[in-house]
Amino acid sequence: MGFYLVQFLGGLAQASSLFLVAAGLSIIFGVTRIVNFAHGSFYMLGAYLAYTLAERMGGAVGFWSAIALAAVATGVVGVVMELLVLRRLYRGPELFQLLATFGVVLIVQDVALLIWGPEDLLGPRAPGLEGVVRILGRPFPKYELLLIALGPIVLGLLWLLFHRTRWGTLVRAATQDREMTAALGINQTWLFTSVLFVGSLLAGLGGALQIPREAVNLHMDINIVVEAFVVVVVGGMGSVGGAFLAAVLIGLIQAFGILVFPQITLVVVFLFMAVVLVVRPHGLMGRQQATARGAGHVPEAPIHASGMMGRVAAVGLLVVLAALPALFGDYALAVLTEMMILALFAASLHFIMGPGGMVSFGHAAYFGLGAYGAGLLVKHLSGGMVAGLVSAPLFAGLGALLFGWFCVRLSGVYLAMLTLAFAQIVWSIAFQWYAVTGGDNGILGVWPDGWASPRWAFYYLSLVLCAGGVLMLRRVIFSPFGYALRAGRDSPLRADAVGIDVRHLQWLAFTVAGAFAGLAGGLYAYSKGSVFPTLMAIPRSVDGLVMVLLGGVQTLTGPLVGAAVFHALNTEMVRYTDHWRLTLGVAIVLLVVIFPQGIVGTLARLPFFRRKEA
Amino acid sequence: MTGSTSDAILTVEALNAYYGRAHILSDVALQAGRGEVVALIGRNGAGKSTTFKSIMGLVDDRRGRITFAGNDISRSAPHEIARLGLGYVPEDRRIFTDLTVMENLEVGRQRPREGAPEWTPERLFTLFPNLAEMRGRLGGGMSGGEQQMLTIARTLMGNPLAILLDEPSEGLAPRIVEMMAHAIIGLKAEGQTIILSEQNLHFAGLVSDRAHVIEKGRIRFGGTMRELAADEAVRRAYLTL
Ligand SMILES: Nc1ncnc2c1ncn2[C@@H]1O[C@H](COP(=O)(O)OP(=O)(O)O)[C@@H](O)[C@H]1O
Ligand SMILES: [Mg+2]
Repeated sequence: MGFYLVQFLGGLAQASSLFLVAAGLSIIFGVTRIVNFAHGSFYMLGAYLAYTLAERMGGAVGFWSAIALAAVATGVVGVVMELLVLRRLYRGPELFQLLATFGVVLIVQDVALLIWGPEDLLGPRAPGLEGVVRILGRPFPKYELLLIALGPIVLGLLWLLFHRTRWGTLVRAATQDREMTAALGINQTWLFTSVLFVGSLLAGLGGALQIPREAVNLHMDINIVVEAFVVVVVGGMGSVGGAFLAAVLIGLIQAFGILVFPQITLVVVFLFMAVVLVVRPHGLMGRQQATARGAGHVPEAPIHASGMMGRVAAVGLLVVLAALPALFGDYALAVLTEMMILALFAASLHFIMGPGGMVSFGHAAYFGLGAYGAGLLVKHLSGGMVAGLVSAPLFAGLGALLFGWFCVRLSGVYLAMLTLAFAQIVWSIAFQWYAVTGGDNGILGVWPDGWASPRWAFYYLSLVLCAGGVLMLRRVIFSPFGYALRAGRDSPLRADAVGIDVRHLQWLAFTVAGAFAGLAGGLYAYSKGSVFPTLMAIPRSVDGLVMVLLGGVQTLTGPLVGAAVFHALNTEMVRYTDHWRLTLGVAIVLLVVIFPQGIVGTLARLPFFRRKEA
Repeated sequence: MTGSTSDAILTVEALNAYYGRAHILSDVALQAGRGEVVALIGRNGAGKSTTFKSIMGLVDDRRGRITFAGNDISRSAPHEIARLGLGYVPEDRRIFTDLTVMENLEVGRQRPREGAPEWTPERLFTLFPNLAEMRGRLGGGMSGGEQQMLTIARTLMGNPLAILLDEPSEGLAPRIVEMMAHAIIGLKAEGQTIILSEQNLHFAGLVSDRAHVIEKGRIRFGGTMRELAADEAVRRAYLTL
């Protein structure tokens, strides 16, 4: 009995930490409608700052002051991000905001590495709360009791802040209708900045409070932000009470899940989220988003079929690509091959994001499924490359068919989170099912057949398949199916009225996109000779998003340009600088601020590139 | 044209507005004097709401000269315009449904302003007695008529020098329309400047001193209510009778 009670209390302590972070994320989203990927970075910063401050100041007063100061300092960092970056993006497409905050994630990672180094840092114990208490004869850390109390206390304080102050009333008003709030004389610029302060402060506090519990390290950011997203989505975006409820549920699921499924608690949490979202598409306490009134969406220019010029350019590009093996050595060809594979991957993601209007945070799942589709065939059936390249899109397409059925029932951020959840599930399976997938040892020896093994031969094979795949996706976009898909994206109600089954179309599109991502993944496996779970991990999904967004969502050439630029930046920077994250992060932020429509999207708006209206 | 006042608080000249490529307003001109009630009358889709939104800075692509209380507001942000004392009541009300009546009023609150009537929740409750009994009620739980009153009260909390009132009678039951007319007449008696838009000529006639008629984004008539009543050609051509 005591054992379960202690487990239960442990879950509650965990829930409090989660709640602090998730509440901040939720508040920021509610008002600014920005999904702040950098929120986990603020949590990490809070922990590092608290560590340093506590070391410097020492003593009981020093420790608690360090926690408070670290939280406030993190709030200030949030304000700086708002002033320098977010402020320029409120009126842009929401995905760009996401991309920008991801740039900040990269920057903070490298800055933290520079300041605090790569080693795990063990902070001091909390003065006065070092020991344990006995609960039904079982030891339980005193500090955890403090955390347990802190969750409800912060919830209460936030409630007072939001319901008993003018600031809180204004924030809630702006959450519901920004434009109307402005028309009543409220300066939102200031409101947004203050919200970033409060939200980031909560993240910083959450992180700072971790130092007596766990070592501070450079992986805290992504781990917590994914969990916080899950909490926010389960609770309902923008609902602080929902975040609390969800944090408690998830804290407990983790505490007890670890007893039942020690290895796959993360999967259990994601499964829980998937179930919640299917049953309650807006989370436990969330409501239908009042489509962010006054968010000032710039209407995106519709996609055009390319004219004569475009076709000439495409053929020219193919000719150039076909001629390259004569000019370049193996290394360059390997880089180019990878670039083409990524372009296909990006094009498949673009297919659901652009024409389909569905944002996926977990598209790497299908890339990875494709790679495993090939790899498993090699490993267990000793299949050849051709069979592998057939099984890759099939495997991924089947996965997309299954997951897509759930995903198309949601929209917006919720859909994105569900795709992320499925990707995490697939990743966990690949990571943990040693007998079949080899776990993190991966699958080795996935080599091309003899005829395709020279670099140039594999390059041509990739060129044919990737260019073919991209062209096929284009054809679909301009087929009746593609038109209907876009009609469904732009006005689901009207599309429904003329007899288009939007959900069904989206499901099909999701599956098609998955299959093409799988083909890319299969090729990737053969180009590397191996398959690892990281192929479907979150960073790879984010890579895909970055590529599509860099290029511009509403352009067809965008994903290709995005993939090329991204990959070039990535490989070059890893070669030339130790701080590639910092450089890439700054590059992403600058690109987003300078090219709010993506590279191709922005160029297309310049008079020089604009096609004459027919 | 007759009826322009020397003591104008709001002057709109050569206002053009666009939604994307669509040219919605063409050279709209309006004027309102202190303490006046001016009506902007036109059919559905004539451009009344767009005119008000453009004045409030809520339409991105707008060109023209807009002067309010001696300030050029043609390039100002909505919150700056509201801070100068121009109140806006949108036609779709846009009550904060998650906020209580008192909280809705709080969002609209601004400091007292010289030259404008000073409003408090208590004074507003005498103007709109219905609201008095539902201070703690959520905006989302109110009827259409109650929401319409709340949205006007919310704007008045900013102690505006003038308010833009977009179709206050739209979609309301006849009894409520009558209450609304009384409220507007009461506001006028307080010296509140009001520019209201209407499709309903009868309602406009009840409360207004002067009228502009708008059709397809152009001003077709300007004059006193009496002149409009006498001009059957204008009414027939531009208004639904
Ligand atoms: N957000 C919008 N985007 C595009 N067109 C609009 C928008 N709002 C209004 N319009 C168009 O502008 C014209 C004027 O509309 P509006 O100002 O709402 O008229 P009114 O208020 O007189 O009924 C109409 O033709 C309407 O279809
Ligand atoms: Mg209107």
